[in-house]
Amino acid sequence: MNARGKAFRYGDNVDTDVIIPARYLNTSVAAELAAHCMEDIDPQFIKQVKPGDLIVADKNFGCGSSREHAPLAIKTAGVSCVIAASFARIFYRNSINIGLPILECPEAAKGISSQDVVEVDFSTGVINNITTGKQWQAEPFPAFIQKMISSNGLVDYLRTEVLK
Amino acid sequence: MSMTMSQKILAKHAKMGVVRPGQLVMADLDLVLGNDITAPVAIKEFARFKVDKVFDKSKVVLVPDHFTPNKDIKAAEQCKRMREFASDYQIDNYFEVGRMGIEHALLPEQGLVNAGDLIIGADSHTCTYGALGAFSTGTGSTDMAAAMATGQLWFKVPQALRFNLTGSLGAWVSGKDLILHIIGLIGVDGALYKSMEFTGDGVASLSIDDRFTVCNMAIEAGAKNGIFPVDDVAKAYLASHCKREPVIYEPDADAEYEQTYEIDLASIRPTVAFPHLPENAKTIDEVGDIAIDQVVIGSCTNGRLSDLRIAAHILKGRTIAKGVRLIVFPATQQIYLEAMEEGLLKIFVEAGAVVSTPTCGPCLGGHMGILAAKERAVSTTNRNFVGRMGHVESEVYLASPAVAAASALAGKIANPELLEDN
Repeated sequence: MNARGKAFRYGDNVDTDVIIPARYLNTSVAAELAAHCMEDIDPQFIKQVKPGDLIVADKNFGCGSSREHAPLAIKTAGVSCVIAASFARIFYRNSINIGLPILECPEAAKGISSQDVVEVDFSTGVINNITTGKQWQAEPFPAFIQKMISSNGLVDYLRTEVLK
Repeated sequence: MSMTMSQKILAKHAKMGVVRPGQLVMADLDLVLGNDITAPVAIKEFARFKVDKVFDKSKVVLVPDHFTPNKDIKAAEQCKRMREFASDYQIDNYFEVGRMGIEHALLPEQGLVNAGDLIIGADSHTCTYGALGAFSTGTGSTDMAAAMATGQLWFKVPQALRFNLTGSLGAWVSGKDLILHIIGLIGVDGALYKSMEFTGDGVASLSIDDRFTVCNMAIEAGAKNGIFPVDDVAKAYLASHCKREPVIYEPDADAEYEQTYEIDLASIRPTVAFPHLPENAKTIDEVGDIAIDQVVIGSCTNGRLSDLRIAAHILKGRTIAKGVRLIVFPATQQIYLEAMEEGLLKIFVEAGAVVSTPTCGPCLGGHMGILAAKERAVSTTNRNFVGRMGHVESEVYLASPAVAAASALAGKIANPELLEDN
């Protein structure tokens, strides 16, 4: 599985309140959430994001609340992968559970600028910055997590792989 | 092999003799919690498992507390979905409006939390119950769904940071000041993926409510959980609330901590976290002149009876500053009733405050106290992110109930120590 797209670049401690503000949490419809994705940190994001694009950020991405609506909004907005120097733990877990690929790689986060075209190979963990020609190696997910992500998350993974 | 408190609880629930940091374990859960924001998503995922019951209807807790009393039609629909699920699956612990409370104040009060429990909740502040010696942590909705279906969840065994407490807190200094100080010290990702374990002679001097506040905000340092030892204070609370016998885990003498922080409680000053991160902690002496528009006293962090008593003590016989709105929200119906019987609510209303029904509303910018652009609030809640309580250009300053009450009187952030006739 691979991802390829343009990077949207953010800094440290992007919290779940700016990813999907609480005022929109009165719904659990993914498309309604996605329409407000990143609204309080970057109102242009949802107008500009194209399917396959990536979010790249510095440390502690997704800190704050446990709202799964945050990775769900990002995934539904068309984002193919989030690369960050580090992730907050609940966001990390939620992303895997709903099948949003995320990679921890401080070097890549540092070496990717806004609008760079980036390609990621999830099976090897190799991140290529097509725009600059630089390459980094992130720790690839173990096979069962890769399978969980490609099965669209925990529930389908448990149903098809564990409870079958 | 030596283990921390948190590691021992995980080992026990994973039916293993020993667990090591970094190890992935599958563990049995004692309690699974959801609210009106997270449970509807979990219910949708749960349906996909195609099971006809939850793993144990006495171990699932559903609390409509975030956007309740229903703030709009969409919120009402979410609550309705949760209510119908609770009815269909005969969930014992569904707390309707009128009997509910803010979940993390409610669960211990209702005796649902015991020392030694392994608890997950689809709410990040589920870490609150570490005050009673439980391993409790926040997860998302899909984890909640899997937990409701199977009664189990996988965990990565956390490393630990130790906070060794000595001495005791000064007058007007509380657990809130302590945890804001600690987050200021280690940062909002200072305990990322880790346990925060509190030890030392100073623990005995902290009330159970102080400990709830400290553990509540462990997540604001990125922690997986926060946990206190089960001493006489915790045992007394459990004996008067929980019907089960406490299961007490103590850390091994040679338990591994990645780092130990020595904290003299007497040195902690009233502390305020400036916008827009809980780590932006300043002592009250460093604050300067910050005019405010709103004060919020309540939440899962500081909406307990002792919090209301401190605020009432400061506000009694006084009126809040012109131009300031003070919103007090007791965390549970029980606390509301006790505050009413003690005359605290009268003191608040006479001072010029509004007293709200229990709700998470203003804390997360849901309802009941949203801020406009450029407005500033002092709040006893737990987060001050951009837009947390309303407009992206509003500001939230996190503080204790004492600082919040003193600030409501002064119209600016104020030091409770400097009030006359305290």
